[in-house]
Amino acid sequence: MNSAASRRRFLLRSAPALVGMLLGGCDRLSNSPWFARILAVAESLNAAVKKGTSTRLSMAQEFPESELSPSFRSNGTSRPSSAEYESLAANGFADYRLDVGGLVAKPLSLSLDDIRALPSRTQVTRHDCVEGWSAIGKWKGARLSALLKEAQPSASARYVVFRCADSLEEGGDPYYESIDMDDAYHEQTLLAYELNDAALPIGNGAPLRLRVERQLGYKMAKYVMRIELVDKLDGIGNGQGGYWEDQGYQWYAGI
Amino acid sequence: METDAVRTSRSQLYCRHTLPVRIMHWINVLAFFVLLMSGLQIFNAHPALNWGKSSYDGRPPLLEIGAATDRAGHAVGTTNVLGHSFETTGILGSSKSDGGGLEERAFPAWATLPGPRWLSMARSWHFFAAWIFVVNGILYFMYGFATGHFRRDIVPTRADGRSIGRSFLDHLRFRHPAGEAAKHYNILQKVAYITVIFVLLPAIVVMGWGMSPYLNSLIPGWVDVLGGRQSARTLHFALAFLLLTFVGVHVFEVIVTGLWNNLRSMITGRYQVPAEKDHE
Repeated sequence: MNSAASRRRFLLRSAPALVGMLLGGCDRLSNSPWFARILAVAESLNAAVKKGTSTRLSMAQEFPESELSPSFRSNGTSRPSSAEYESLAANGFADYRLDVGGLVAKPLSLSLDDIRALPSRTQVTRHDCVEGWSAIGKWKGARLSALLKEAQPSASARYVVFRCADSLEEGGDPYYESIDMDDAYHEQTLLAYELNDAALPIGNGAPLRLRVERQLGYKMAKYVMRIELVDKLDGIGNGQGGYWEDQGYQWYAGI
Repeated sequence: METDAVRTSRSQLYCRHTLPVRIMHWINVLAFFVLLMSGLQIFNAHPALNWGKSSYDGRPPLLEIGAATDRAGHAVGTTNVLGHSFETTGILGSSKSDGGGLEERAFPAWATLPGPRWLSMARSWHFFAAWIFVVNGILYFMYGFATGHFRRDIVPTRADGRSIGRSFLDHLRFRHPAGEAAKHYNILQKVAYITVIFVLLPAIVVMGWGMSPYLNSLIPGWVDVLGGRQSARTLHFALAFLLLTFVGVHVFEVIVTGLWNNLRSMITGRYQVPAEKDHE
């Protein structure tokens, strides 16, 4: 047997072990923070494509009502478990107040009626979950831009943070999300209080949920209790800009 | 085989693949498998495929992979294709976890990246590999057109057109071109490469873009040309398996037509032309 043949036989025999090592290596890489940072380059590129192609202009597709999904799936929290939320829900959110604070000239505390009095928008859009499914629903809500106009964000405000009433795990960190000012002022960005012509159901985020139609579902915080304008996301949760972002999900969820 | 090797002197090694093609080929191999396996992990988060704009329009999924618990408490994997249900325990629906027991998951850990259930990390891998795959693909297209590689090596000639029947039979009989003929792709290779390079690979990228809510908004409604976002997702999945089928046939042909010779030609570029049959 010549050396080339034995070398080849060795390569063939070691192929399965090599594949195993590669797969194990990939999982080890997945668990290394430095490697996660390298992979995150792609997220920056995705966000750069978004920045480079348009800012507040492009509109998510809107559908005729004939396309509505028969029932709109509830995902994540289906009912916040806190006593505070239960008491709000018990009398139809009559005592609910949305606080708006942070880097604003005029902090607000709004009732649902105040929010309904803001300029509104109705849109039939497709909700795309990070898991892969889509559902089409008709949303009505106050335009976030109208609310911001009242609160008058300071020039240093870069993000809008949404604090929520729910936590996905019993006693876990409360849900929160954040978007940039481009998405905050986008025409289709709403604080929705109606789904399919009825009051927003608890399963879908009553009394108020965010709609950011050009991003995935996890950006669209449900059970919104407080809105904060901030100049950076450090110091909120684990600093990544959202409940799922703190667990490794991409902050920019346009893809 | 030994006599062939002796007969063929070093000078008969000719350069089959240029350095850029070799580099781009192997980058593509890596990107493809990372994309495939991270894609299966992403699929596992919602192991169903629908046709249309939404997943909940009242019609059942075309494909659904799930698990049910039997009386003994075991996770029984089921795969439902177009209304037909199959038990697929061990591979699809339920398969071995790290702990050794059966765990409910659509594709098994050995086929996904990462192995354990981890959607966010799979998305990170997927988008990272996607950027490499797309940039590599664009460079390959530029190279292929600029150097005449496509025109010279991949576009079928008139003679190719006439040889389809014979080439088909030769493949079935495992008769492989030798001599001068082995220096060029045969017609079936050309058709396969054209389909993969110019149809399947660009299409799977477009289907991926079709799932992006932001890219959907650039030209609202464009994804409906594909049948809707869920159709794009279904096609993305189907194309991945078509490409995997191509890879399977490709690797099979690489092995049966001379594994080491072919491998060397894609690593060092040098290919040893098989001697003509009538010379033996």
